[in-house]
Amino acid sequence: MKDFIRQLAGITGQEFVSAEPEERYIYSMDQGTMPPALPDAVVMPGSTQEVQQIMRLANRHKVPVVPMGGGLVLSGLTRALNGGIILDMKRMNRIIKVNPVSRHAVVEGGASEGMLQAYLKKHHPELKHSMPDAPPIATLAGNICIHGSGHLSVPGGFHSDMLTGMEVVLPTGDIVRTGSCSVSQDWFARAPLPDLSGLFLGWSGTTGIITKLGIKLFPSYAHNDLLVFVCEDADLMPDVISRLTGTQVAEDMTPWMTPKPEWARGFLHINISYGAHTKKELTFKRNLLQASVKKYSDRKIAGFLPMPPPQKSRFLKVPSADLVTFADIRKGGGFEYVGAIMSIEHFAEAYRAGLNIAKTHNVSYSMGARIIGAGHAMMFFYAYAFNRADQEDVKRAQHALEATNTAALEIGGIPWKAELPAQKQIIDKMDPGTFNLMNRIRSLMDPNHIMNPGNWEK
Amino acid sequence: MPEIKFDRKLCSGCETVDCLMKCQYIKFTSIDDAKAEKLKINAGETSRVLNECLTCYACQEYCPYGNNPFYLLVEMQEKKGILPAPKPIVEEQLRMMRPKGRITARKVSSPVVNMCAFPMLSGNVRGKLFEGASVISGNDLFCNIMWLHFAKNSTIRERVPQMIENIMSFYLKDSGIEEMICFHDECYGTYTSVAEAFGIQVPFKPVHLFDYINRRLDQLSDRIKPVNEKIAYQRPCSNRLSPATDKVLDEIFTKIGAERVPRQYDRENALCCGGVPRAQQRDELADELVEKNISDMVSTGARYCVFNCPFCMATLGQEAAENGLMPVLVSDLVLIALGE
Repeated sequence: MKDFIRQLAGITGQEFVSAEPEERYIYSMDQGTMPPALPDAVVMPGSTQEVQQIMRLANRHKVPVVPMGGGLVLSGLTRALNGGIILDMKRMNRIIKVNPVSRHAVVEGGASEGMLQAYLKKHHPELKHSMPDAPPIATLAGNICIHGSGHLSVPGGFHSDMLTGMEVVLPTGDIVRTGSCSVSQDWFARAPLPDLSGLFLGWSGTTGIITKLGIKLFPSYAHNDLLVFVCEDADLMPDVISRLTGTQVAEDMTPWMTPKPEWARGFLHINISYGAHTKKELTFKRNLLQASVKKYSDRKIAGFLPMPPPQKSRFLKVPSADLVTFADIRKGGGFEYVGAIMSIEHFAEAYRAGLNIAKTHNVSYSMGARIIGAGHAMMFFYAYAFNRADQEDVKRAQHALEATNTAALEIGGIPWKAELPAQKQIIDKMDPGTFNLMNRIRSLMDPNHIMNPGNWEK
Repeated sequence: MPEIKFDRKLCSGCETVDCLMKCQYIKFTSIDDAKAEKLKINAGETSRVLNECLTCYACQEYCPYGNNPFYLLVEMQEKKGILPAPKPIVEEQLRMMRPKGRITARKVSSPVVNMCAFPMLSGNVRGKLFEGASVISGNDLFCNIMWLHFAKNSTIRERVPQMIENIMSFYLKDSGIEEMICFHDECYGTYTSVAEAFGIQVPFKPVHLFDYINRRLDQLSDRIKPVNEKIAYQRPCSNRLSPATDKVLDEIFTKIGAERVPRQYDRENALCCGGVPRAQQRDELADELVEKNISDMVSTGARYCVFNCPFCMATLGQEAAENGLMPVLVSDLVLIALGE
């Protein structure tokens, strides 16, 4: 390994390789409940060519490689389960180009959500991209790879749906391009070609290293507003969501249910944000949203909270700071956020399952969802905060997470960015033909099985 | 609990039915039409007024006999289960504003200024104007008048006596103080008009902010530098419960050199800021009220848009600022005149 590390340093320079124990420790875990796994070394490449050389070297020596963006996935997907190296992409963080007319950007694989947001605000204030509610150092590539979602997921779908193409270094060191950039100089879409991008989306870093990607941008409005819908009956939620998304005017819809503060316990809220170029248009959109659920507000069983403009500013911040606040509720730095992707008609079931699990396992919880597309799906999340210094607390959260994954699968949902045990639960339920195809593809792309081993395995 | 103080005989003999005829939001075809609706309310029958009421408090002021028509209307709304706003909104607000039991006793000194449930505004109590003041605030002192907007007289009956007890036992009694300055019209209206109508005993003397400021300006007259500005005043709904204080406000404005410009929607003709209709899910009406208020203010050529109600300011302040008016609270305008 010493010789391998020396060769790594030959590629990136000594300052971007480390096998020091303190760095290996930091890279051994994330904030979630999965146990640490020490890498042998950490390397930070500065270019596609360096990534290519590293992959060729690792493939030759059969050394495991774990690609990492912001390291914020919370489900332990960037742990070196079989040792080897963590390939940290943060140095490759350039915003390469922005096409303001056809609204897309091309960025390097380590560019963060916050960097693109800041860049657009400065250079293209008329444009924005869909920000997740992760800390801004989360990378665009990482979030797209896990099928993340964000503040424009109602019009734009999953963040993986907003991908227009990629440059990827395969485990063998080959460089490939997917989408229009494989034919044209423009990164406008994945159509009309065979969609090879799917070979890298949802695979938990087991098929390649993304070095560049194209991402869709959207209009940034001069006027923005928010409605907060509230009701007491979870069974109403699928119809309410369907009606609200049916207006096609919301940018983001995030139901939330939390026992703290106490006044919110038992109520189901939906934050609905929308924007417009003019105030008149904004009012028109608000009226459409309100009219869509009038049958409930007329019966006085649900409605929109009255909020003066100053109170709304907190909710219009992108990314939202509320989840970060909740993440620290137990102190001690432990937080895991389990999402399950499912149909919106399962909302009430998912909510009740979450309440039962929190009660049974005595954990601090917050539940919510992000609506994807025009009600096509939702990412229903269960967030559990725990004190990492308290092993009992960690165990409680772990058991709650296991129960949550089981419940999500029983309901008909699929755990999102699944941690190792949840991956195994998914595989158990997966069509065998699908899993066989996954393995055949993986063997073809990664013959020495060096990419993030341990993931998506039985 | 005692009934609302209301004289049905006096009401049925009323010739003008001002309470309804002057209403800016519900239209009546004639005095007979209004009278018929009023008699229905008095008899405990269903009236369209119970459903259409904006809960702007104005009928309390319009009634020439001080007969509490608005409190009776709210009483009937609650008895008949007519919710002005959706139930989850009312229930959530009830929880949000409930007493928290987080109050601790302390000695206070005069003047004692009650900031009600707005501790975030305590910074407004400053300078020579409030020299030596003790500020008290928090949910355990919340005046609870807002429930008039939500058909919840029962909550007023339940919570107001507890708030009064908190004010006395945690602050005033042991400090030997008998007066409390109400920073907001809401609190003053609660401890005077509402308490009187609901039969709630108030063992301290509530003092309206305007009376306090007016008194204080006499003591600080040598410090006043007239602002010499035109101001548009947004009279809040709760000032309808103490209309005499609006005259005191005129004295204040005169003393600080602020010209209260005549507005179409001021004084008795004041228009709701637009906040409450949003709770009632009547956003298009709220938009109309905001627009009317702002264009009315702008048309006067005023520089400042002056509020005494923090909720009115939150509702209209941003829109006012976008239209070139400077939103400011009465107390802050006085501080400007005092050079602070």
